[in-house]
Amino acid sequence: MNQGQTERHSVSLTVNDRAVEAEVEPRLSLADFLRRHLDLVGTHLGCEQGACGACTVLVDGQSVRACLMLTVQADGTTVETVEGLATNGELHPVQEAFRTKQGLQCGFCTPGMLMRSLELIRDNRGITAEQAREGLASNMCRCTGYQYIVEAVVEAASNMDTEVNQ
Amino acid sequence: MKAPPFGYRRVSSAAEAADALRELGSDARILAGGQSLLPMLSVRIASPSHLVDIGRADDLRHITADNGSLRIGAAATQWSVENDQATTAAAPLLADAISRAGQVPIRHRGTVVGSIAHADPSAEIPAAVLASGATLIAASTGSEREISADDFFQGPYMTALEEGELLREVRIDRWPDGTGHAFEEFSHSHESWPVVTAAVLVLLNGGTIDRVAIAMSGVDGRPVRAGQAEHELTGQAPTPELLAEAAQSATRDLEPFSDVFGSGRYRKRVATALVRRALTTATTRAGGGA
Ligand SMILES: Cc1cc2nc3c(=O)[nH]c(=O)nc-3n(C[C@@H](O)[C@H](O)[C@H](O)COP(=O)(O)OP(=O)(O)OC[C@H]3O[C@@H](n4cnc5c(N)ncnc54)[C@H](O)[C@@H]3O)c2cc1C
Ligand code: FES
Ligand code: FES
Repeated sequence: MNQGQTERHSVSLTVNDRAVEAEVEPRLSLADFLRRHLDLVGTHLGCEQGACGACTVLVDGQSVRACLMLTVQADGTTVETVEGLATNGELHPVQEAFRTKQGLQCGFCTPGMLMRSLELIRDNRGITAEQAREGLASNMCRCTGYQYIVEAVVEAASNMDTEVNQ
Repeated sequence: MKAPPFGYRRVSSAAEAADALRELGSDARILAGGQSLLPMLSVRIASPSHLVDIGRADDLRHITADNGSLRIGAAATQWSVENDQATTAAAPLLADAISRAGQVPIRHRGTVVGSIAHADPSAEIPAAVLASGATLIAASTGSEREISADDFFQGPYMTALEEGELLREVRIDRWPDGTGHAFEEFSHSHESWPVVTAAVLVLLNGGTIDRVAIAMSGVDGRPVRAGQAEHELTGQAPTPELLAEAAQSATRDLEPFSDVFGSGRYRKRVATALVRRALTTATTRAGGGA
């Protein structure tokens, strides 16, 4: 392209129930858009190659790697990030289960783990440990050994099953 | 690292995509799911002038089964295809191969046709497409042509697509009812990149093999069909000995590449084992007792 000028595109999307409009360069990833333009730094960047899952967010309800999606591709979509989970200072049941089950140590993988876990639970309220383990194969954790994360997902699913909300 | 700057155009149809490729010239590239292209951009081994985004093109999102064939458009995601009932009924081999390709969040974005166009020599989907005897439909401004899977894959990341061509659709002709399928893969950890894969279809008729297809990936610069082994099996009763011999014959002339995931010799031995296993499973599913 013409290097002298930087092409920009306008996008409008919904992020955690908030309507957002911006002018962005085509190369800006959704992860960088969330972090730098919206200050939503909960979405972490590890590999920026799609391999680790730290940047996982939900786009139109489906988990995606925010590092492997351009902001221009997210135009018109609804994005959910870890910042949208807690309401009025109260942890979401998935977050609460990670806390009580000690499903995190350093916390680097946690935002991605939480978003992928939320998707797994929405799809399957009766999720088993085996299904959680299989589903979370998409996300890496270098601290916990996964065991407590799997337990947290099963616990969160049963708690959410008995709640009216979510 | 971040991607270098590029121009971006979102198109709403196959015709618009072909026109954009013609207008923008040889440095423009199709953006499908981006699950291979965006990592290549961020390590800067690719620097296209423009990306032509086909993700929202309505006439490229179809997954349709009719007249004995399955058609998958270039914007249909891997996840939507593997979860589509028409696909699992008409092309269970392809559905199995897709479900082994990377992780779910990757398959939410990645497309079936994008994996074919990308032509990674180890990838699952090209092996299944080759075994299925699929037809690839390439579109350019004002014209279209059909390319058989046998001719499509030419080398590592090299295909028969020409400048200005969009891979519009893959068409898989359905094998008869009763066909057994099997997809086997070896990778170093669960859901990681395949080292070697084997894709097999078997149709029996009165105790002998009526029709068989064997394809492998990770053993050459492109996915390969084992024509000689298929020939040796056809018309024969599928005994365990025969299937083991056919697996040897399927890999005899291969000289696989070596890389960090496995040496050439290792790949060859793994491929032989996977082909034997896949032949055994497919034959059993086809109603044979191998
Ligand atoms: C962490 C991770 C793990 C992965 N694991 C696997 C795995 O185990 N097995 C596997 O096979 N793949 C794997 N992949 C890659 C796979 O997910 C890609 O989806 C696939 O290779 C390409 O599909 P895409 O739709 O994303 O294509 P894109 O990335 O958009 O495009 C890939 C290339 O094909 C070209 N292209 C795409 N569509 C067309 C078209 N219709 N016409 C012409 N050219 C086109 C593009 O220009 C580009 O050069 C993995 C990727 C990641 C990030
Ligand atoms: S930062 Fe996106 S997957 Fe690792
Ligand atoms: S808690 Fe440290 S990486 Fe998972």
